[in-house]
Amino acid sequence: MGKRVGIEVSLAVSHAVMLADVDVIAAYPITPQTHIVEHLSELVADGLLDAEFIPVESEHSAMSTSVGASAAGARTFTATSSQGLALMVEIMYIASSLRLPIVMAVANRALSGPISIWNDHGDMMLSRDTGWIQTVAENGQEVFDLVLHAYRVAEDPRVMLPMIVNLDGFTLSHMIEPIEFLSQEEVNKYLRPYRAPIRMDPENPITMGPVGMPEVYTEAKKAQDEALKNSKKVIIEAWKEFGDLFGRYYSPVETYRMEDAETAILILGSLAETAMTAVDKMRDKGKKVGIIRPRLFRPFPADEIVEAVKNVKNLAVIDRAVALNGMGGPLSFEIRSVLYDANLHPYLKNYIAGLGGRDVTVDDFSDIVSDIESCAQKGVKPEYTIVNVRE
Amino acid sequence: MMESAAEAIRNYEKIKASKIPRVEPLTNGHRACQGCGEVLALRLVMKALGHNVIVVSATGCMEIISSPYPQTAWEVPWLHVAFENAAAVASGVEAAYKVMNRKGKINQPDVTFLAYGGDGGTADIGLQSLSGALERGHNFLYVCLDNEAYMNTGIQRSSSTPYGAMTTTSPPGKKSIGQMTWKKNVAAIAAAHEIPYVATASPAFHIDLMNKVRKGATVKGPAYIHIFSPCPTGWRCDPSVSVEVARLVVQTRIFPLYEVVDGKWRLTNKVKHPKPVIEYLKTQRRFRHLTEKEINKIQQRVDKEWEDLLKRCEY
Repeated sequence: MGKRVGIEVSLAVSHAVMLADVDVIAAYPITPQTHIVEHLSELVADGLLDAEFIPVESEHSAMSTSVGASAAGARTFTATSSQGLALMVEIMYIASSLRLPIVMAVANRALSGPISIWNDHGDMMLSRDTGWIQTVAENGQEVFDLVLHAYRVAEDPRVMLPMIVNLDGFTLSHMIEPIEFLSQEEVNKYLRPYRAPIRMDPENPITMGPVGMPEVYTEAKKAQDEALKNSKKVIIEAWKEFGDLFGRYYSPVETYRMEDAETAILILGSLAETAMTAVDKMRDKGKKVGIIRPRLFRPFPADEIVEAVKNVKNLAVIDRAVALNGMGGPLSFEIRSVLYDANLHPYLKNYIAGLGGRDVTVDDFSDIVSDIESCAQKGVKPEYTIVNVRE
Repeated sequence: MMESAAEAIRNYEKIKASKIPRVEPLTNGHRACQGCGEVLALRLVMKALGHNVIVVSATGCMEIISSPYPQTAWEVPWLHVAFENAAAVASGVEAAYKVMNRKGKINQPDVTFLAYGGDGGTADIGLQSLSGALERGHNFLYVCLDNEAYMNTGIQRSSSTPYGAMTTTSPPGKKSIGQMTWKKNVAAIAAAHEIPYVATASPAFHIDLMNKVRKGATVKGPAYIHIFSPCPTGWRCDPSVSVEVARLVVQTRIFPLYEVVDGKWRLTNKVKHPKPVIEYLKTQRRFRHLTEKEINKIQQRVDKEWEDLLKRCEY
C-alpha cells in the first residue's frame, strides 16, 4: 500500500493527474479550483510531469482546447468551477457527442448571481444533461481515487465518454486530509496508456463533428444516450478492480446505517460526513435514521437508489441547488421519477440547504429529521423548503 | 533562439504558375453556392498545404457545405466543434501532437495544423480564442475566409462588413445608409500579437495566395492569413464575376495585399495605377443604394488607409 500523507485535497487531485501521466492540461483560473491547476503547473515546471500545460484565455477555450487535444489522441485534463463551467457548457455537450474521454475536476461552487465563490451544487446541476459521466466525492481519499477511476472508465473502448469528478469547493478542495497515495507502479497496474480508437491523424483521415441532418440527429442522440447508460457496467467493474488492487471498494450508491432505517437522508457530496455525525447522535437516542449517498450522478443509479429506499418511511432529499420555481431542487426531480417508476411512496420532502457556502450543521440535520417525521405524522403535504432562511 | 520567420521561409517550397499542385484535399462534390469565392479560397489553401495536415473548422458555410453526414468533402482529418473556438481547438490538437511526439507516443513531427473560420467566426465571436492562441504561440496557421457578413445564417452584418453595405441587419433606409461602421482590420490585430507571419490574400491572385499559405505553414509559431472571399449570394452579384470582384477589390486598393514577416510590413501588390472604388462598388447590388457623397467618403477612407499602410511598410 502507498503512504498516507496529510495534503490539501486540490493537490491530491493534481497528484492523481500526474500519476495518470496526462499529456495535455488546459487551465484557466477560477476559485475554488485554482489550486489544482496551480499545482499541475508546478509539476510540469519541475519536470515531474511531461505534459503540455496550456494557460488558455477562458474556460470556453479550456474546454475547446481539451476537445482538440483529446481528438488528437492525447490524455487530457482540465478543471473548473461555477461560472467557468457555465462558460464551458456549450462545448461540454459537443465533447460528449464526439465521445472524447476528457477528465475534468469540478470544485463545486454556487452560480452567480449574486456572485458567490462558495460551495453548493449549482454548477453540478447545470452540467447534469451535458452527457458527461459524473461522480461525486465525499472526502479527499475518494477524490484521489475517483480521478484515477475516471481515466480508467472514460477511456475504456466500451465507454469513450468525458467524465467529471465533483468535489465540494473549499469544504473539500481546500481541506488538508490524510490521503493514502498510490505509487506509479500501482497506478500503472490499474491505468494503461491511452490509445485512442480513432483520432485526428493525417495517415488515417476522418471527418469529425459533421452536420447532423434531421435524418441522423435523433439516431446520434439515441446512440449517445445508450453509450452513457451502458457505461455504468464499466464504472462498477472499474471500481471493483480498484478495490481488488488497492483494498478500497466503491459503489454507485453509498449507504450509512440504513439496515433498519425508517427515515433516510439522501444527499450528495462532502456534507454527507456532517450528516453521519448527526445520524450517529440520533441513533444514540434510538432514532432509526440512515444516509443514502449517490456517488454516481450520471448515469443515474436508479436501481441502487430503489434498493436503498425501498424500506424507508420518510425520505429527506437534500438539494444543494435551486431549480427556481420548479418542483423543488434538481436532485428531488430525479429521485421522485425513480420512485414513481418503482411504485415506491415514502413520505418525500425536499430540503434545499447549504446554498452559496451557507453552513449546514449537525443540528440542522437533526432538525430536518424531526421536521420530516413530524410532517409525515401530521400528513402535511410535503412542499419543498429552503432551510435556514433568515426572516 | 527561435529561427526568425524570414529565415524559415527563405527556402520554402514555392508554387509556380506552371506547377500548381494537382492535389485536392478539399475535394469536389461539396455543396457550396455557384461562384462561391470562399470555397475557392479554401480549395487553394488546401492545394498549398497538401495532405499532411489536420484541419479545424469553425461553424459556418465551409463547415456545412463540406460535411453533411454521412458525406464529406475532406481527404484530410477535419474537426468541427463550434463557432467561436477554432483557434482554441487547434491549440489543443497542436499541443497534443507536440507532447505525444516528445513522449514517443507518435512519430509525426511534420504535421501542419490549419484552423479556419469566416469573418463572423474570426472578427466577432472567435476573436478572443484567436487572440489567445496567437499569444500563446501555437505552431499553427489560422485562415480567415472573409465574405464580409454572416452568410450562413442569411447575410447579417459582422464587424467585417464594409461601410455602406446592405445586409439583412444593416438595411439602408431613411435613417441609414446600410452598414454604419468601417471594416474591422483583423490582419492588423493579428500582427499586433507580433506573431511570425501575417498576410492578406485574394483568390483572384491565386499563386500569391498559395505561396502565402506555404509561408504561413513553414514558419515556426502562429501565422494568420486574411483572405478576401467574394459571396455572390450575399453580395448580390453574378456568380460568374466573383473572381473579377476579388481582383477589383485589390486593384481599387480597398483590400491591399501585403505580408508582415517578423513584424516587417511589405506590400505584395503595389497597385501602381489604382482604379476608383466605384469600379468595385458597382459590381455588387449590396452597394447600389450608395450616393455619390457616400462613395466619395469611401474613396477618401481607402486613400487614407493606403497611406497609413505605406507608412507601416516604410522600414
